[in-house]
Amino acid sequence: MTISNTVKITDELIASHGLKPDEYQRILELVGREPTFTELGIFSAMWNEHCSYKSSKKWLRTLPTKGDVVIQGPGENAGVVDIGDGDCVVFKMESHNHPSYIEPYQGAATGVGGILRDVFTMGARPVAAMNALRFGAPDHPKTRHLVAGVVAGVGGYGNSFGVPTVGGEVNFDARYNGNILVNAFAAGLAKTDGIFLSKAEGVGLPVVYLGAKTGRDGVGGATMASAEFGDDIEEKRPTVQVGDPFTEKCLLEACLELMASGAVIAIQDMGAAGLTCSAVEMGAKGDLGIELDLDQVPVREERMTAYEMMLSESQERMLMVLRPEKEQEAEAIFRKWGLDFAIVGKTTDDLRFRVLHQGEEVANLPIKELGDEAPEYDRPWVEPGKPEPLAKDDIPDADVADALLKLLDSPNLSSRRWVWEQYDTLIQGNSLQIPGGDAGVVRVEGHATKALAFSSDVTPRYCEADPYEGGKQAVAECWRNLTATGAEPLAATDNLNFGNPERPEIMGQFVKAVTGIGDACRALGFPIVSGNVSLYNETNGQGILPTPTIGGVGLIRDWSKMARIGFAAQGEAILLVGAPASWGTHLAQSVYMRDLHGRTDGPPPPVDLEHEKKVGDFVRALVADGIATAVHDLSDGGLAVGLAEMAMASGIGATVNQLKDLSPIPAFFGEDQGRYLVTIPRDRVDWFFEERNKDTGIFAPWIGTTGGTELKLGEARAIPVSEMTDAHESWFPRFMDS
Amino acid sequence: MKSAVVVLPGLNRDRDMIAALTKISGKAPVTIWQTDTEIPDVDLIVIPGGFSYGDYLRCGAIAARMPVMRAVAEKAAKGVSVIGVCNGFQILVEAGLLPGALMRNSSLKFVCREVKLQVANANTAFTHRYQPGQIIRCPVAHHDGNYFADAGTLARIEGEGQVVFRYAEGTNPNGSINDIAGIVNARGNVLGLMPHPENLIEPAHGGTDGRGLFESVLGSAQRELVDA
Repeated sequence: MTISNTVKITDELIASHGLKPDEYQRILELVGREPTFTELGIFSAMWNEHCSYKSSKKWLRTLPTKGDVVIQGPGENAGVVDIGDGDCVVFKMESHNHPSYIEPYQGAATGVGGILRDVFTMGARPVAAMNALRFGAPDHPKTRHLVAGVVAGVGGYGNSFGVPTVGGEVNFDARYNGNILVNAFAAGLAKTDGIFLSKAEGVGLPVVYLGAKTGRDGVGGATMASAEFGDDIEEKRPTVQVGDPFTEKCLLEACLELMASGAVIAIQDMGAAGLTCSAVEMGAKGDLGIELDLDQVPVREERMTAYEMMLSESQERMLMVLRPEKEQEAEAIFRKWGLDFAIVGKTTDDLRFRVLHQGEEVANLPIKELGDEAPEYDRPWVEPGKPEPLAKDDIPDADVADALLKLLDSPNLSSRRWVWEQYDTLIQGNSLQIPGGDAGVVRVEGHATKALAFSSDVTPRYCEADPYEGGKQAVAECWRNLTATGAEPLAATDNLNFGNPERPEIMGQFVKAVTGIGDACRALGFPIVSGNVSLYNETNGQGILPTPTIGGVGLIRDWSKMARIGFAAQGEAILLVGAPASWGTHLAQSVYMRDLHGRTDGPPPPVDLEHEKKVGDFVRALVADGIATAVHDLSDGGLAVGLAEMAMASGIGATVNQLKDLSPIPAFFGEDQGRYLVTIPRDRVDWFFEERNKDTGIFAPWIGTTGGTELKLGEARAIPVSEMTDAHESWFPRFMDS
Repeated sequence: MKSAVVVLPGLNRDRDMIAALTKISGKAPVTIWQTDTEIPDVDLIVIPGGFSYGDYLRCGAIAARMPVMRAVAEKAAKGVSVIGVCNGFQILVEAGLLPGALMRNSSLKFVCREVKLQVANANTAFTHRYQPGQIIRCPVAHHDGNYFADAGTLARIEGEGQVVFRYAEGTNPNGSINDIAGIVNARGNVLGLMPHPENLIEPAHGGTDGRGLFESVLGSAQRELVDA
C-alpha cells in the first residue's frame, strides 16, 4: 500500500493523528496554510505526548537537575555525570510499555536497543543495563506469556549487543493487567572531553544517515504510545518495531570509531518518530534549518512514501552532521561494518525544515516552532486524599516463621533468578555484583579501584496510597540501595509511568509524585539528569498504579572495600542502623498486610529525608572505613525479609532477639524507612557503641548475632536457611512452568 | 609467546578475551579482521564469544564461511593452537575443525550462571596446569551450548580422550550429551568450549579458576601434547 502526499485533510484524519482541534488550529497559524499530509504526520510525531512532554513539562521543570558533578542534565539523549580522572558516566532510563504489551519480545528488545543507542550516541561505550518490569496479576491469562516474551526480548537484545544486565525489578500487580511496564536503563563510560551532542553547527554541512535501512515498521509508534488502549489493541501490532541487535552492535563500534576520528559535529539517534524527530532536534537546537532529500534515504521496502519514511521507527539508525573533509574516512568506517552511509541532506540558515521527495517539496515547516512551540498544558489536577492511619489495635497476627516463609515464596518477594539468568550478567568482565544484591556493581575499566553502582527502584503501592510520600520513597530507596554497597550516590534518571493525564486525579498523582521526587532529590543531593515520561497507561479506563521508577548511579572509590548483602562470617554482631525505638512500627501498605492479609488501606511509611541522609552517610562511612562486613537496606517485607536475604546470600544463619512486651509483627514486618542491617565483627561492638556511634543521634541497636544454619527470629521457631532458600527459589520457576 | 584474537562483526566477548590474554601473558594479542586472509606468525589463535553475524541462519554458520576461517584452518593444520570459546566453539564446529554440533539449550532459554567443570583430560596443551579430574568453577552464558554428536563420533572422541571439560556435580546447564563442555580435535591443538574461562581470571571476578587454561596454553604453545 502506498499513501500519496495529497490525501485530503479531514477532521477525522486529524483526530486519527492524535491531534486535538485546538492543536490543529495552532498548526494552521504556524504554517499559514493547510498542511500537507506529510506535514500533518510530522506535527503528529513532534506534538504527541511521548515526544513533546506537553502534559508533564511544567512539572518536570521543578526537578533539581544541577550539581557539582553534573556535566549534562535533561534535554540530550542521556545525562552525563563526572566520575573524576577525566571519565564520566552517561545514563538514562526509558519506557517501552505500550509496544511490549502488544508484542512482548520485540517491544522489550527494541526498548533495550533504544536506550543503548541513547547512550552510545553521546560517545559512551555501554557498560551496564537494568530493566524495571511490572506485570499484571500472576493468575491473569496473559501474564505468563508477557513475562516469557519480555524477559526473552530483554535478554535477546542485550546479550547479543554485549552489555551486562546487572540490576532491575520485576513485580506483579493486577493494576498492570492491561498495561505492563518495561523501563530500560543503560549506562556507558566516556571521556569528559569526548561527549557528543545533538546540536548541529555550521551552515551547508552534510547531514548523514547511518545504520540500518528504513522500512515501514513502527510508522506512528510514538502516536500509539500516547493513547490509551481499548479492545482494538491487537490491531496495533504493526506499529511495533523489530530489533536487530547485530546491526546495533556494529553501529556501536562504527560510531565510536567515527567519533574518535574527529568527523562528527553532531549526532542524534533515530528513536521515536525516527527521521522527523532526529532531524528537527538537531536543527532546532543549533538554530539551523535542515533540508532532507528522501530519495537518498536507504530503504528496504519498495514505493515508500514521504509520510512513511518520515514516521518510520525502523531501529538501529542514526543521523549525523559531518565535517565535509572527513566524508570519505567516515564512509569507509561504516562500509567496513557493513552499514548504510548516505548523505541525505544539509544544514541551512533559514530555520526551515524542508523535505524533498521525488522532485516535490512535501514539507516546509518552521523548525524551531515544530520543537519549541509544541503545545504545553497545565492540566487540571486534584489533590489526592490522605489515607487514615491504621488503628493501633488493627494489626492482624500471624506466626512469624510461617509468615516469612510465605512471603519468600510469594510473587513479589521470591527470587528473580529465573529472570536474570536469562541475561548475560558477566560480559565485559567487570561485573562485581550481579542481580540478587542491593545494587549492581561494575568496575570502571582502566581504573584500579573505581566502580559504579546501579539501582532501580519504586514502590507503586506506596505511590498509589500517597503519591508525594511514594515519590520521595522511590528516590530514597534508590539512594539507600546504592549506599548499601558503599557507593556515593551521584545522580539519577526517572521514568515516570502514569495513567491518563487528562483525568484530574491521575494528573494529581503525577504532580504530587514529581514534587516528592524533587524534594527527596534536593535533600539527598541526588539530581535528576535524564528521564522519560510515559502517560496514558490505561486500558478501558483502568489506570496502572502510579510508577515513577528511579534509576540511580553511585560511585565506589575502592571496590575492594565494597559491601555485599550476604553475612560475611559466623558470630558477627547484627546492627539495625537507623531504627525507631521499637525497631519497626509501620505496617500499613506493607507486603505483610497486602500479600498475607489482602489489605491495602492506610498510608505508606513516611520518609524523613533528614534522617535518611544522616543514616545513609553514617552507613557509607562504615563501609568505606572497612568496619561493616555486610550491609543490606530494609524495604519490602521489613526486618524479617532483610535478615532472610542476608542469610540466604551466605548460607549463614542468625539468632535475632525480640523486644519484650511488644508484638513481634511490626518489628519484623514493618516497613519503616531509612533502616539498614549492618554486621560488624563481635570484637568491635564495644568500640562501635562507645566511640563510633557516640553522639551521632542514630539509633543502631544490636539485635542479634550471625551463626549456625538457621534463622531464629525472637520466639518464632528457627527456620533452616536451606528451607528459606527452597521457598525463595521455587515460586518463579513453578509459576512459569505451570 | 604471541597470540591473536579473531574479531568478527557481532562477536562481543573479544574485549574480555583480549583483556584476559593481556593480563595473563603480559602482552596484548593482535586482532584479526573477518576479511583477513593471512594470519601473522602467532602461537595461539582465539575465536572469542558473542553472536557473530547475529547468529542469523545458525550459530557460527556465517562466520565459518568467512575468508579468515580458511586462514585459521591453515594455521591449525600447521599445529598452531586454536581456542574457540562459546560462539568461537560453534564457529569451529561449523567450520569442521571440531566434530559434533551445538544445539539450542534443552531449556530453550539463554542461560548465564556459574557451573562446575571437571577437567576430563589434563594431558592437553590447554589443561596441563590443572590436575586430572580437578573440579573448577566457570561461568557460562549461551543459548546454544547443547553439544551433540552421533554415536560413532561420540565413542571416538570419548575413546581418544578428546573430551577435555565436562559439566560436573549436576550443573549441566544445557542438556549437552555426556555433560560435554569442551573438546579438542584428534591432533589436540584445537580446543572448543562453551564456558567462559576468560571471565574468571582475577579476584575481581570472584575467582581465578579460568587462569589455568590460559597459563597452560600460553606456557606451552609450542609443545604438542596430544593425549598420551
